[in-house]
Amino acid sequence: MYQRSIEIAVGVFMILGFLGLAFLAIQVSGLSMDSQKDTYKIYAQFDDLGGLTVRGRVSLAGVTIGTVSAISLDKEVYSALVEMEIYQEVDSLSADSVASIQTAGLLGEKYVSLSIGGEEEVLGDGDTIFDTQSALNLEKIIGAFASGDISL
Amino acid sequence: MIDFIIKIGRFGLDYSASFGRSGLFFLHSFFGLALSPKGLMLLIHQLYKVGVLSLVIIIVSGLFIGMVLALQGYSILVDYGSEQAVGQMVALTLVRELGPVVTALLFAGRAGSALTAEIGLMKATEQLSSMEMMGVDPLRRVIAPRLWAGFISMPLLALVFSAVGVFGGLLVGVDWLGVYEGSFWSNMQSSVDFKEDVVNGIIKSVVFGVVCSWIAVFQGYDSEPTSEGISIATTKTVVYSSLSILGLDFLLTAVMFG
Repeated sequence: MYQRSIEIAVGVFMILGFLGLAFLAIQVSGLSMDSQKDTYKIYAQFDDLGGLTVRGRVSLAGVTIGTVSAISLDKEVYSALVEMEIYQEVDSLSADSVASIQTAGLLGEKYVSLSIGGEEEVLGDGDTIFDTQSALNLEKIIGAFASGDISL
Repeated sequence: MIDFIIKIGRFGLDYSASFGRSGLFFLHSFFGLALSPKGLMLLIHQLYKVGVLSLVIIIVSGLFIGMVLALQGYSILVDYGSEQAVGQMVALTLVRELGPVVTALLFAGRAGSALTAEIGLMKATEQLSSMEMMGVDPLRRVIAPRLWAGFISMPLLALVFSAVGVFGGLLVGVDWLGVYEGSFWSNMQSSVDFKEDVVNGIIKSVVFGVVCSWIAVFQGYDSEPTSEGISIATTKTVVYSSLSILGLDFLLTAVMFG
């Protein structure tokens, strides 16, 4: 009987440990079963990323529709090439969409914001967005303001 | 002068001999766990003594550390108007650092010292040598279950610690200080990554589990078979474990997050 109660206690301990793991996985790190959504890749070229990083958000009208999966330098035109994985269910992005890098809040993380154009043709896997806006560079604006290039 | 050099030399030789002994000892007992029903019974008994009985201290300290983190973080973050980031701060600190490290330190004090004292007393009362006389390998019968119980318990305890700590942070941050619960969780979920943070924390605690229980059982097994020897060995266990936990934590952090 003594041995049995020890076994039960050890079993409860193990279950507690795995419950802790499940809690940390699901509630704390937000890991969900459908996190492996089907995606397709689109590309965009920017002159200045201004701190955009891999795993950054891609959003349309404020809703997250994908993530930045890779960033590389295009050696031919010396601009940044951003690879984005867009969820398969968002399959109607028009070909003349505009991608711009924006900041969440004044000092928050950088993310890619898409705005839809008017063309009927849609972006498919491997397509590139040509119409892009680089990150708003606060230092440059302040610099331009200080040197008198722009005035209020 | 010559005496002094001889002393240094002897000290060095003794030290490397004890390192070698502990290595052999580790190998023998690591692979010596008997997987028969009787051996598993011994393991379960040790899991009870090492793991289950440490649960209370782990849960209580986890709760309080989570609550303190939330309180401290809130008082700093509120100056910048970003008090909803308190959840993210509590979770990251716990999962990456405090969970594994504090659990290991508590484990060394609560379970490691007990293991050393128990094995040391077994040696002093010649229970170990009488086992050998009867043809029972004390490494397999006594040491291996204790070692493995340490390996298994430590990550589980660290997970419980982190989970309870996050709950403590929730208690103080949301229920007491009035951070909005939705942003508390969403901030946390967007910044904590399962592979980067949780799994790396588990890897840390596995390493600490191996080191802590290795030091504890070896110090007991290698102690002088006197009452003074046992007290020295118990002290050594706590000191060596704590130092190697903190040192290894720096190394692992530098490799994982550096």
